[in-house]
Amino acid sequence: MSTGDEVLLEARGLSKTFGHVRALQDANFSAGAGEVTALIGDNGAGKSTLVKCLSGAQQPDHGEIRFGGRPLRLDSPATAQRAGIETVFQDLALASDLDAATNLFLGRELVRPGVLGRFGFLDRRRMRAEAVQAFAELGVNLSDVRAPVAGLSGGQRQSVAVARSVAWATRLIFMDEPTAALGVVQRERVLDTIRRVRDRGVAVVLISHNMPEVLAVADRVEVLRLGRRVARFRAADTTLEELVGAMTGAIDREDQQ
Amino acid sequence: MTETGTEAATPPPAGAPQPSRPDTGGEPGRGRRVLPPAVARLAYTNTFWIFLVLVALVVFFGAMQPNFISAVSLRSLAADTAPLLLIAVGMTYVIISAGIDLSVGSVLIFSGVIAAKTMLWLGGDGAHPDAGATSAGWTVTLAGCLAGMLGGLAWGLLNGFMVARMKIPALIATLGTLGMALGATYLITGGTDVRGIPLNFARTVGFGLVAGVPWLVIIAVLVTVLLGVVLAATRFGSHTYAIGSNAEAARRVGIRVDRHLIKVYGISGLLAGIAGCLSLAHFTTTTISGHTADNLSAIAAVVLGGASLFGGSGTVTGSAVGLLVPAVLQSGFVTIQVNPYWQYLAVGAVLVLAVYVDQLRRKARSAGR
Repeated sequence: MSTGDEVLLEARGLSKTFGHVRALQDANFSAGAGEVTALIGDNGAGKSTLVKCLSGAQQPDHGEIRFGGRPLRLDSPATAQRAGIETVFQDLALASDLDAATNLFLGRELVRPGVLGRFGFLDRRRMRAEAVQAFAELGVNLSDVRAPVAGLSGGQRQSVAVARSVAWATRLIFMDEPTAALGVVQRERVLDTIRRVRDRGVAVVLISHNMPEVLAVADRVEVLRLGRRVARFRAADTTLEELVGAMTGAIDREDQQ
Repeated sequence: MTETGTEAATPPPAGAPQPSRPDTGGEPGRGRRVLPPAVARLAYTNTFWIFLVLVALVVFFGAMQPNFISAVSLRSLAADTAPLLLIAVGMTYVIISAGIDLSVGSVLIFSGVIAAKTMLWLGGDGAHPDAGATSAGWTVTLAGCLAGMLGGLAWGLLNGFMVARMKIPALIATLGTLGMALGATYLITGGTDVRGIPLNFARTVGFGLVAGVPWLVIIAVLVTVLLGVVLAATRFGSHTYAIGSNAEAARRVGIRVDRHLIKVYGISGLLAGIAGCLSLAHFTTTTISGHTADNLSAIAAVVLGGASLFGGSGTVTGSAVGLLVPAVLQSGFVTIQVNPYWQYLAVGAVLVLAVYVDQLRRKARSAGR
């Protein structure tokens, strides 16, 4: 297990204010290639804001983001995607009137070869075939990849969102509660997928409220409280009690690591 | 630090250790569909039902009055509907992108006036000012049409800019351009229709036939098929649906939503411009007091054809069918000697019903999540 000696993403002193709410206050964060970093914290600790800032969906007021050793300015999700960063957002961000295959390839459509492709004609058959394969890897068996996503169950829609990010992430993937709507079997599949993506050398950042899940899949844990990082743990060396203590403020040991 | 023990003993805030109860997502498709997917999908669409309604209407009127389906009535029905078809195609794009374009009727007459004025300016005969440009050649005609189409495109791009960049709700933005285009038209013409367009233009495009089919219909159908294919089969079309379905999701995957919306409204304006030229040729005058209800007719056609006003769904085929229903009703009532004003009442009622069914469907869909 590679353990953070190869830091891929490093955020320093991120601040973000919404009106009077200080969602992030000098927050630090780091994630290493080929490891799963869990980002945990109580409700309102700033996890989602941090992820949005690091995936280009929002811009921090202050702070520095370094990616692969170089400063990176994330002015839009497209910039992040070009850098190989994908995100499973908590709201899934699916176009619910479109089918699963179209959602998987949204913004990165496959076009037909030749002249038709130059005019933007879609290769739907290939997109469907590849989508079926991508879903099968996640253990999702959609009865009809042409049906609008809105007609799928919550778990299936979540799988579509996860499959999309996994399919495109080359360097880093953020997952904001990727297992929240899933049943037991699918949850295990997603955790397996997380491990597989990690073994591919991709950095995985997992946001979860589920502590046993965090301890099961994460290599490292970073704890956010009141908009800043308060603790970092190696998952193998920590306990549930320690994590909860850090989340609730009983433990504050940032920079002791 | 002494509190550590008690703090840790309380359950994690939202971290209930066990997963929520198994979700039906694990067993997809179990007992939910009886029909083959393709059939189920078809029956699920409003387009399919409105097409059945259209067929039923044609059969009904045909049975009541056999000469209803005569070539002549079909031909005049199609020619009269051609400009509106183009408007409805543009409206289809706009409504799928979760917008609305009220300005199309005004843009149509504005474009017609610009086209006519350009033709008169270029092709007017100094010796016979009353004759206008009636004897002018094709260059003048083409230049006039080009100017009219550019005029339409300009209004469309303005609509798109206001909606996408200035974040003005589409209803208000296009209500504004409805007034502005109308005002500009009246200022240019002084309130009287422009006449005297080239005769060759009127004789061919206006009421000429190719193998028995009016030029108007050929042009409108070609443009409709082209834009129908673009919507259904290309990346541009796919992005239009995606933006209407969830603009934020489209933005997050890197689609340039603002730029795309400007193009969509531009298409609507350009098609209104083409429709203005067709209408000019058909009536040999600018009909500036007409077309006030074109926007509503087009919206009705698109919604009848299965599009949702919430965006994300609709087809060009559906809109074309949705446009034919009121037209068939109108001429049907005339042929069976029922007061044709019943058409407005019938279409209005069906429209409300179509939107109600769409609402029910959406509710059922979100309940099934």
